[in-house]
Amino acid sequence: MTEVPEHLRKRAEEAKAKAAAKAAAAAGGDATETTPAAAPAASGGDAAGASKIPAHLLERSKSARDKAAGGGGTATALAEKPSGGVPVIAAGGPPPLVTGPGGHTQRLLTVVKSGSIQDVKATPQDKVHTWPHLLVVEFGAALLCTAFTLLFSVWVNAPFLELANFNQTPNPSKAPWYFLGLQEMLTMFHPMVAGVMVPGMGLFVLGAAPFIDKNPSNKPEDRKFAIAIMTVHLMFWATLVMIGSFFRGPGFNFVFPWNKGIFFDL
Amino acid sequence: MATTKAPIGEKLAKITQQVQGSQAWNSIFRPGSIFRKGYSDSPRNRSYVIMNSVLYHLHPVKVKRHAVKVSYTLCLGGLSFFLFILLTVTGIFLMFFYRPTAAQAWDDIATLKSSVTFGLLVRNMHRWGAHLMVLSVFLHMARVFYHGAYKAPREFNWIIGVMLLQLTLLLSFTGYLLPWDQLALWAVTVGTNMMGYTPVFGSQVRFVLLGGKEIGTDTLLRWYVLHVLLLPFVIVIFMAIHFWRVRKDGGISGPL
Repeated sequence: MTEVPEHLRKRAEEAKAKAAAKAAAAAGGDATETTPAAAPAASGGDAAGASKIPAHLLERSKSARDKAAGGGGTATALAEKPSGGVPVIAAGGPPPLVTGPGGHTQRLLTVVKSGSIQDVKATPQDKVHTWPHLLVVEFGAALLCTAFTLLFSVWVNAPFLELANFNQTPNPSKAPWYFLGLQEMLTMFHPMVAGVMVPGMGLFVLGAAPFIDKNPSNKPEDRKFAIAIMTVHLMFWATLVMIGSFFRGPGFNFVFPWNKGIFFDL
Repeated sequence: MATTKAPIGEKLAKITQQVQGSQAWNSIFRPGSIFRKGYSDSPRNRSYVIMNSVLYHLHPVKVKRHAVKVSYTLCLGGLSFFLFILLTVTGIFLMFFYRPTAAQAWDDIATLKSSVTFGLLVRNMHRWGAHLMVLSVFLHMARVFYHGAYKAPREFNWIIGVMLLQLTLLLSFTGYLLPWDQLALWAVTVGTNMMGYTPVFGSQVRFVLLGGKEIGTDTLLRWYVLHVLLLPFVIVIFMAIHFWRVRKDGGISGPL
């Protein structure tokens, strides 16, 4: 039940609605001309709604009762079968005196709907097959990614400077770009704060985010504060990396790239 | 040589039938494999495609419909993994031409660029792919945060993800030193000097990282082993847990 495909569910709902409309139309029509099946169904509809026993079951038991009472035809054979079996059972113990009301040997006590005894999800989840729907998307993404990397590598060469030389410090010396935010903070704080404490605390808080943010909702409108905090931090970090990458020249002094050029290698 | 085309076609069909009916063939391809009877589109066969593939069965047979929309995930997690594979492949290629000693490393890269077929291209791909992976892992983290996908029951997987981010940065940083050019040496000098300011254990941390008091050939060997063996080994374990938990925690999060 949890994985009923959307289109099948819709089709079933449409069919149900169609059948209901048909029954209603039949009941609303000429009473004398209605088919035997439609009339009890329509009249039994209210009763079924009240007792929660499906209409078709009520109808079946009613027709069986009628057949047993009226006798004749195939219905008699069916109805007589239980009484014919009585002597056989009688050997085992006291014979059942009569069959149930209306000649039944078994009675419908109740109809238990699956929802009341099983944990069934009320709304079926809308799912699609991984092949082809997801795999095609993944393949496309991987292909684009490969094409981009390949073409970029054809046109742009990775930097390769002269042999490492301990006696010649380049000016400026920069860390890889993802650490340039930290290097940027070195200009403002003690290295222990900028290089160890801030990133350490940052990573710790980032890892602890699910335990700090107790709000169970994932809807953007319910978590404006969390989104605002995260955006501010991401932008803060991105700005520091940008400044460190493009706005720092010789001596790690602030420069404008359009005046002094870019001192940055990837 | 009076054979006509039709018998050859029949023969081929017969051979195909024999091969597909053989025990060897059927021991390789599991029941329902498209290589047994060909593929026809049915829900059963769609499931078999996933279940019968060692690669694809990382996925469930069915996924939520919104998970397929590119606008929801932007494919960032998958692309990070794909870039990792791309980097592994190109990295293995580079290892054939590289010796991690101060005397040889730079010359090896110079030779790779000038004399090895596709050497320059593969090195470029490795370099740009690495930067791209750092970027995509970072963006993946941002996407997960903005969708609230770190919330219960996915808290633990978020922590694994933060560790994967750190491992990605470490992989990139250890690779940065290997060309042994001026850029590599001084970028790593800046980075390791910062780590030397770790409270209490600062000088010890730096000594362990550098394999000595200063950056040298021992550092190169140490970072090489970290880069090609230890860190990939660790990150693969963490990735396995990460992907496994995605399934166990109920698939992709959302919809919003």
